[in-house]
Amino acid sequence: MTDPDNLCYAPGTMIVGKWHRNRYQLIRLLGSGAQGTVYLGHSGDAHPVAIKLAKDRSSLISEAHILEQFGRLQGDPLGPSLYDSDDWVTGGSTVGFCVMEYLEGTSLSEVLKKKAFDWSLVYVLQLLKQLAQLHKTGYIFGDLKPENLMLIRPGYSIRCLDFGGATKIGRSVREYTEFYDRGYWGLGSRRAEPSYDLFACAMILIYAAAGRRITRSSEPQNQLKHFIDSQGKLVPYRHFLLSALSSDYTSAEQMRKELVRAMMAVESHERHNSHAAAARYPRPRTKRKSNGWTPAWLAASMIITAYIVFVVIYVM
Amino acid sequence: MKKGTLKQILLITDGCSNEGEDPVAMAALAREQGITVNVIGVLDQYDSEGGHGLQEVEGIAQSGGGISQIVQTRQLAQTVQMVTKQAMTQTIKGVINQQLQDILGDGETVEDLPPEKRGKVMEVVDEVGETADLNVCILVDTSASMKNKLPTVREALTDLSLSLSARMGENQFCLFLFPGKRKPVQKVIAWTPQLDSIERVFEKISSHGVTPTGPAIKEAIKSFASIAHKRAFYDGDDEAYDDGPR
Ligand SMILES: Nc1ncnc2c1ncn2[C@@H]1O[C@H](COP(=O)(O)OP(=O)(O)OP(=O)(O)O)[C@@H](O)[C@H]1O
Ligand SMILES: [Mg+2]
Repeated sequence: MTDPDNLCYAPGTMIVGKWHRNRYQLIRLLGSGAQGTVYLGHSGDAHPVAIKLAKDRSSLISEAHILEQFGRLQGDPLGPSLYDSDDWVTGGSTVGFCVMEYLEGTSLSEVLKKKAFDWSLVYVLQLLKQLAQLHKTGYIFGDLKPENLMLIRPGYSIRCLDFGGATKIGRSVREYTEFYDRGYWGLGSRRAEPSYDLFACAMILIYAAAGRRITRSSEPQNQLKHFIDSQGKLVPYRHFLLSALSSDYTSAEQMRKELVRAMMAVESHERHNSHAAAARYPRPRTKRKSNGWTPAWLAASMIITAYIVFVVIYVM
Repeated sequence: MKKGTLKQILLITDGCSNEGEDPVAMAALAREQGITVNVIGVLDQYDSEGGHGLQEVEGIAQSGGGISQIVQTRQLAQTVQMVTKQAMTQTIKGVINQQLQDILGDGETVEDLPPEKRGKVMEVVDEVGETADLNVCILVDTSASMKNKLPTVREALTDLSLSLSARMGENQFCLFLFPGKRKPVQKVIAWTPQLDSIERVFEKISSHGVTPTGPAIKEAIKSFASIAHKRAFYDGDDEAYDDGPR
């Protein structure tokens, strides 16, 4: 269970900060990634916290530094609040760690697998609003991917985790993941600009539609275009997606408005089409069945539409 | 504002040297001249890890003051740019640590500062890494076993150039292949700011069985003398610190 090389520690392990002398007890593993391992823990009071133990202390230092700066900003929180940042001396080695707000929810990578595509659009809409706020602070997120986004339970709102890739605008992007990186697809530079994050947003939708990370072919640009054309769900957003993929949107706000417009245009179309399809291709055998399903389906899509309208009007 | 230049050798290989000088000694020689040597060992799914050649990979990076990483062919692109950037950070931190030691003594390093101060220091490290000029001499092993890995190597190098060109500082690359067609080491691209259009370079290779890694590193060291010279990042103790914008 305990394997210090991989930052694996048994539940119950006490962590004591070398500098601030705060004590934390590990409860259970939350997840791990390239940069470190994150545990749920508690700090004495009833409050649960998330404790990130770092493999490489310098990348944790930058991440904590960024979280700290964001913590001083007004308005909606962009990421988890940072509570502490310290070193833990254990068995002759020193492990850097930071303690942050525990965000209770589900990773967007899990959620996208289960929910209908309409939901993915809503999430991206929310994400764009967060990004607009982040970009105003002079940073981009960098390593934007579903794994680094969390759907917080109350209110189904999106929050960004893992600011290890956050980069000052104008610099070179610190961390990225190939599938979500425009450089990898031959569609732009790795210089940190808002459009870098916006490209990743479009790729999140492509990921949601494909259900996996498609692998790059020798002609990546055409490949993405063809993929969009081959997916019924994506076709109505073709123009929107291609604009984001070619870095045409210069602000998250602009992209968000375009997405709202595209979503509104699609909803009415689809219902119209499905009526037409049902009328044109009557299937006698399953008629009764389909008659039973159509209202249910209609009701479901009305609820989704209503929710989207609600989110757009009241939440955003 | 005066800027420093970071000098690196990036060696991409899949095995053991068998000709010429000892590459570990040549890497030490490079380091002595202020050049960091990073090594990437490339495996495909047929290679078994932990072979003798891969021990050499680590040895060369260690004596060259750089980073070594062993990767599967498909992860090459991301690894190449990560290793290069990490090595830059390491060098800059090394310089800053040196300064700290001079001031504070007792083996103090950035990591020994309290967390509050560390963030500020890392900001300086970042800033220098972003704005410093970088010269990378790339050495690619083209011995027989590397043959089917070369298309991926080529892609990884284009990708490296893309990553580094996003920085604010200036880059210079040059590319050597070993073994070369007639000579043990062949320069195929002279110092240039961008590594695109390198497709043809790899097409003309005839693969031999020999792997003259040591001589390749030696050639790389020499090549740094041929760039119109700016001051190395290492030169001049307190100047190196002044190089970083504060
Ligand atoms: N504040 C938090 N609250 C709840 N869960 C968290 C929190 N921070 C991280 N996690 C969980 O831990 C996992 C790993 O965290 P994180 O992404 O920060 O690690 P990482 O090492 O930086 O990963 P990578 O760099 O590979 O993306 C996340 O996917 C998430 O599930
Ligand atoms: Mg992560």
